[in-house]
Amino acid sequence: MMSGHKTVFQTISAAAEALVKDDGYYGNYGGSFIPEILVPAFAEIKEHFAAIKQDEAFWQEYCSLLADYSGRPTPLTYADRLTDYFGRAKIYVKREDLNHTGAHKLNNALGQVLLAKKMGKTRVIAETGAGQHGVATATAAAKLGLTATIYMGREDMERQYSNVFWMKRLGAEVIAVDYGSRTLKDAINEALRDWVSSFETTHYVLGTASGAHPFPAIVSYFQAVIGIEAKEQILRAEGRLPSRVYACVGGGSNALGVFQAFYPHGDVELVGVEAGGEGQGSGRHAARIAYGEGKAGVAQGFKTLFLQNNDGQMKDTYSLAAGLDYVGVSPILADLSERGRVRFTAATDTEVVEALEIIMKTEGLIPALESTHAFAGAFNDITESSGSDIFIINMSGRGDKDIFNVAEGLQDDEWKAFIRRKARQFENAAR
Amino acid sequence: MMNGKHLSGEKPGNSKMRLAERITGSPSGQPIQIMTHQILGYPDFDTNYEMIRLFQESGARFVELQLPFSEPIADGPVFLHANQASLASGTTTKQCLEFAERVVTDFPGLSFLFMTYYNVVIQYGIEEFVKACAAIGIQGLIVPDAYPEESQEFMEACRQNGVEPILIVTPYTSSERLVYLSAVTGGFLYCAARKGVTGTKTSFGKETEAFITRVRSIARTPIAVGFGIQSDQDVRFLEGKCDIAIIGTQILTVLEQEGLSGVKRFLKTIIPA
Repeated sequence: MMSGHKTVFQTISAAAEALVKDDGYYGNYGGSFIPEILVPAFAEIKEHFAAIKQDEAFWQEYCSLLADYSGRPTPLTYADRLTDYFGRAKIYVKREDLNHTGAHKLNNALGQVLLAKKMGKTRVIAETGAGQHGVATATAAAKLGLTATIYMGREDMERQYSNVFWMKRLGAEVIAVDYGSRTLKDAINEALRDWVSSFETTHYVLGTASGAHPFPAIVSYFQAVIGIEAKEQILRAEGRLPSRVYACVGGGSNALGVFQAFYPHGDVELVGVEAGGEGQGSGRHAARIAYGEGKAGVAQGFKTLFLQNNDGQMKDTYSLAAGLDYVGVSPILADLSERGRVRFTAATDTEVVEALEIIMKTEGLIPALESTHAFAGAFNDITESSGSDIFIINMSGRGDKDIFNVAEGLQDDEWKAFIRRKARQFENAAR
Repeated sequence: MMNGKHLSGEKPGNSKMRLAERITGSPSGQPIQIMTHQILGYPDFDTNYEMIRLFQESGARFVELQLPFSEPIADGPVFLHANQASLASGTTTKQCLEFAERVVTDFPGLSFLFMTYYNVVIQYGIEEFVKACAAIGIQGLIVPDAYPEESQEFMEACRQNGVEPILIVTPYTSSERLVYLSAVTGGFLYCAARKGVTGTKTSFGKETEAFITRVRSIARTPIAVGFGIQSDQDVRFLEGKCDIAIIGTQILTVLEQEGLSGVKRFLKTIIPA
């Protein structure tokens, strides 16, 4: 999968180590603010992660799974029709949607479930927002022979029920979280509550590059493959690096995945696109950095920028895309933003739905609503670019899961009529 | 916020006595002391006040006042709901501090501690928060996610202002770490009797006893045991083994199911006359 004379571990660690810190601090952010009961669990993970970081056999096994099971490398598709549509920068799309289970999430889930197995665990737990991380964890657990429990906010279950269906069919237990905003942050809290009771047998497969140290580092390592491939692919296709790399940012795993390999190249602009929801000033968004409303704080085991009130209580977030609807952000990205290495912007729901229609009709691609934020961010910037620029957009996942939300967003009357017919069929059958 | 009358640190009753002295120097002769718990603003501050009155009347000596937080990761379902409900009704840090000042003044027989999460302290300002606690007469702070190695500023502010940072140990804490935590805790060591969050029943038996014995052999402070104490039998089990039994969730459950009179009856069963 990775070319050249370097070993798999050397390639991954070279990309990840540019950003990942052994002490778990990224400028003012990161750390490990955990209840005492989790100290042994974190000590165990740190020890095993340090060991596997040096274990070439582990990385070979991991990369074999990525290649032979998940289907990597994913292509870097030249979006010629989209490029023509705007008539500015050349647009390339990194196709994480073509991973097995349809998103970049499987890279991390396979890595962490493999790590869990090495630690002797028999069960994994995970939180999920859009459901992709839940599906990926359930899939990896099925493949590697562990049991899985997935926590998901009730609100997100309603928005992403197709993924709930798949998680259950894959053998996972799915537990609805019925408090707070019933979204991703609440699912994380509930997974942590499970973990403080179960860490002896259970590994918590955190889905994004957030949480207490060493989770941001672990997830960065397992997602580094995205950028490693993209860099090789763009050099092969164009003979030079891109001008900009765009990725959507919820917790930050796909963004860090694609950014890491480009991070040392200062002339490549890295752009994180947050969920603008109903726009700045609406109070209904998840743009912690782009709207300047995130404030440093400690919650869920780590220090980062959170959307919170003056008393430190977390605010409710909102996005059309369940996977971006998170109150905090990766401490690594918070630091990169402060150091000016990643530029943050936001795309509103309206811009995302418009972008989705353009992408579908010009390229025949159906990105997830989360990933569509990255496209919308790039489209918002494209007038400032020229034909000599190259954009890479990380398409972190595919949009099949979003059919209900998209149909609703597009006010598709035919779809609504179909749903009504199906509902009547089920009701009649139940009588 | 503080009306100024207590800023000198002069407080009524014997609360000027350091926490550890209060525990070991109990004049009551009770074989074990009781620490109760309240989530401030839940169900409302008036009920909090009446509960604290019952605590004093029943002979409890220590009260843990929890400032609610939106992400209480160490709390079980009963406290989780109470945290959320309190915040939904508009509870603020300022209100909690004002309430605490009132009860410290009105109930001099009790020692008060705050329990909360680190972000509440950080957003108030670590130094300012600890100073406010000292001014009110709050004797200890239990902040489960202020991991001591990461919270030097908080630990230092506590030391400087004479407010005890109470650290938690668990059956899974290594003996080496126990030595460290015992050295840096203030007042007492809070022993969580089992893994998990608050509120689930603990099976008190040989394992608990072995854990307490291990802590006792290392700790340089009094020790308190909490998590899952639900009945007078649990309290009797702990008598002679630790200094304080901490009862939280069960009191709230009784309040929710049987009201204040139920709490009064319950307290009578667990606190020796």
